Amino acid sequence: MIPELGYGATVAAFVLALWGAVAAVASARTGRAALLRSGERAAVGAWALVTACIALMLYAFLTFDFSVQYVAVNTNRGTPFYYRITALWGALEGSIVLWSWMLSIYTLIVVVQYRRRQPELYPWVLSVMLGILAFFLLVMTIPAPPFERLTPIPADGRGLNPLLQDSGMITHPVALYLGFTGFTVPFAFAMAALIVGRTGEEWITITRRWTIIAWYFLSLGLLIGGWWSYHVLGWGGYWAWDPVENAAFMPFLTATAFLHSVMVQERRRMLKLWNLSLIILTFGLTIFGTFLTRSGIIGSVHSFTQGSIGVFFLAFLALVLLGSFSLLASRVERLRAEGVLDSVVSRESTFLLNNLFLVAATFTVFFGTVFPLLSEAVRGVKISVGAPFFNLVNIPVFLALLFLMGVGPLIAWRRASAKNLKRNFLKPVVAGLVAAAALRALGVANGLVLTTMALVVFVAGTIALDLFRAVRARRRSGDDWGAATWGLLLRQNRRYGGFIVHLGILVIALGVAGSQAWSVQKEVTLDKGQSTELAGYHVRFDGLSASEESNHGKVTGAFTVTNGRAGGHMLYPAKKFYPQEQSPIAAVDYQLGWIEDIYLVLGDFAPDGSHATVKLQVNRMVSWLWLGGLVLTLGAALAILPDARRPA
Amino acid sequence: MSRRGRFVTGGLVIVAAIAYLIWSGVSQSVVYFVTPSELLAAPTPSKTYRLGGLVQAGSLKWEPKSLDLSFTLSDGKASVPVRHKGAPPDLFAEGRGAVVEGSWTKDGYFKASLILAKHSEEYKAPHDGAQPGYKELMKSLRGDGTR
Repeated sequence: MIPELGYGATVAAFVLALWGAVAAVASARTGRAALLRSGERAAVGAWALVTACIALMLYAFLTFDFSVQYVAVNTNRGTPFYYRITALWGALEGSIVLWSWMLSIYTLIVVVQYRRRQPELYPWVLSVMLGILAFFLLVMTIPAPPFERLTPIPADGRGLNPLLQDSGMITHPVALYLGFTGFTVPFAFAMAALIVGRTGEEWITITRRWTIIAWYFLSLGLLIGGWWSYHVLGWGGYWAWDPVENAAFMPFLTATAFLHSVMVQERRRMLKLWNLSLIILTFGLTIFGTFLTRSGIIGSVHSFTQGSIGVFFLAFLALVLLGSFSLLASRVERLRAEGVLDSVVSRESTFLLNNLFLVAATFTVFFGTVFPLLSEAVRGVKISVGAPFFNLVNIPVFLALLFLMGVGPLIAWRRASAKNLKRNFLKPVVAGLVAAAALRALGVANGLVLTTMALVVFVAGTIALDLFRAVRARRRSGDDWGAATWGLLLRQNRRYGGFIVHLGILVIALGVAGSQAWSVQKEVTLDKGQSTELAGYHVRFDGLSASEESNHGKVTGAFTVTNGRAGGHMLYPAKKFYPQEQSPIAAVDYQLGWIEDIYLVLGDFAPDGSHATVKLQVNRMVSWLWLGGLVLTLGAALAILPDARRPA
Repeated sequence: MSRRGRFVTGGLVIVAAIAYLIWSGVSQSVVYFVTPSELLAAPTPSKTYRLGGLVQAGSLKWEPKSLDLSFTLSDGKASVPVRHKGAPPDLFAEGRGAVVEGSWTKDGYFKASLILAKHSEEYKAPHDGAQPGYKELMKSLRGDGTR
């Protein structure tokens, strides 16, 4: 029953979305309000139907309805309750349902918020959003139907991929997809503004807000993804430049570029064409990312030809890029800059550089991801460019971006005088150099760490200096320090939200540099009762034990870790044996700390428990990534708050 | 030079620098993927390859004490002896596909620095994929629990 209901709801939602998109365009052309109302009702109907799809799928998961193939493949009777819910987005078909659902919610928010406020842009925005929704519903109808019926109905399902049975997988895809789908709203407004020919200011304000919202969720998704990789995959790292990671990182970079260059447009009426291109590019990259991760092309270009979903995405991407860039080209006349660049030493040119580097980083990631595929497709030679390539190219680019992060917010618009430069940058530059020299004196020899440290202190110095001056100014009007700081954060939430995001990135930069430079590891086989030593830690193997969990068996190693300072504590890395999998899966155990994490992965072991091979890692400063991420998302949340200075 | 000229020149210099970085990055870090026959046709010592093949049955030797892992990768036509330091990864076993990264040595074997075992995505009928010996393993361990 559920497969038929689900399929029916999908097709009906597709028809409604398509009708809504057409009706909204027709109303914009003819001015007939009734058509627009019909389009709105279609949007609400499509949302209700996609919600019904989600509800049906959840119901099928919770009742173990294995007549739905997707349920049979992604769950079994032993799957714990929470993972029966998250199994909904555990594979391709379900993740497209989640995507459509979020897009339908964003569409609904747009309807509620802008139907009265933006009468001119609104019909076009609605049409674009519903058009994109219709595409995803088409994917759900033809190449990736989530409600495919399975006959005969099996007694039990296969079970969710064990690597996805983790709390990180509850939140990671949700945040990531809220980010991905969120970029549809700025894209729709950009298209509407171009079509109507109103490339003035109000669409920019709306677009900027929505871009921050999507950016916020995307950053959150990337961070949780890093955390998942670190504590589940058991290789001790958080970022591997894997194509799946790159797919999410590219729109993050272009959206970051937009969030900066849009300030130049607001202030100086410049870069209009560029900003629109960045919006189109960001949206295009979200579609490209889905294509990359969902078409099977990553494994090999040959697997791409097996399914039709890749063709759908590629065709849609081509349509989006061709359509939007030709629309952009037809409006070039209206997008002339009203201001001019006055000087190379100015905030405008700092932002231009920032954009240049961010787009260069995007291109690097794109190139490194796509180059092996092109090589295989064109020359028939399989190659890979791994992490060394991405690091080699991106480290200088990211260091340059760090430097600009310190310069940008404080340098004067138009033309910076020597006096302005000295007043704002002398002290931070000195602080950065002193910090690097002090670290050098303390014995830190790693050039990358020293450079990063100098830049981080420099940027932190500029932020501290700016905040100090602003708070002091407010103090003159009678506030105490606390009230002055608090008032400033709330009243200029965009500026200080941005600063807090920058602080978060500084903390992340320290975490990346420190973990790359100072982490150590070794692999060793220990007899029961035998100890080994790594970086001041003594690790003793105490034995193995076996247990039967709800849906898997587990072999757990017990290890006592002492570091001379405190009494020992126990770590229990394990191997999990899922009946439906061909191989065991390592479950790491770790003790996190601000300076270092001790991280244990159980390798091979003797069946009688007499000896075990274990990989020990002392990972330095990895926790700073999670701390920095928290700071970053708090800053982004502050920047999203309605601007207190202007009535909302 | 005009203002515009300065901006364009500066931009071009940066773009050229990044293009150079990308070019040198690719030429330094590109790794060719080869099959055992391709490798043995023209083995170049100390050049990094990714070698993919099937782990031959009966070829796997693992010495836990010294962490020496050795096995043979085959593509049906040719087979290459591989040595690695470290425990076999989770997805690694005889009769399955594996990709190793490393280089050919003068002593006639492939020295792997990294083993990328392939995860199979194929659909398995429920509960018949249990690994051989798994039940016995669980049984033998249960008698020996430490907690």
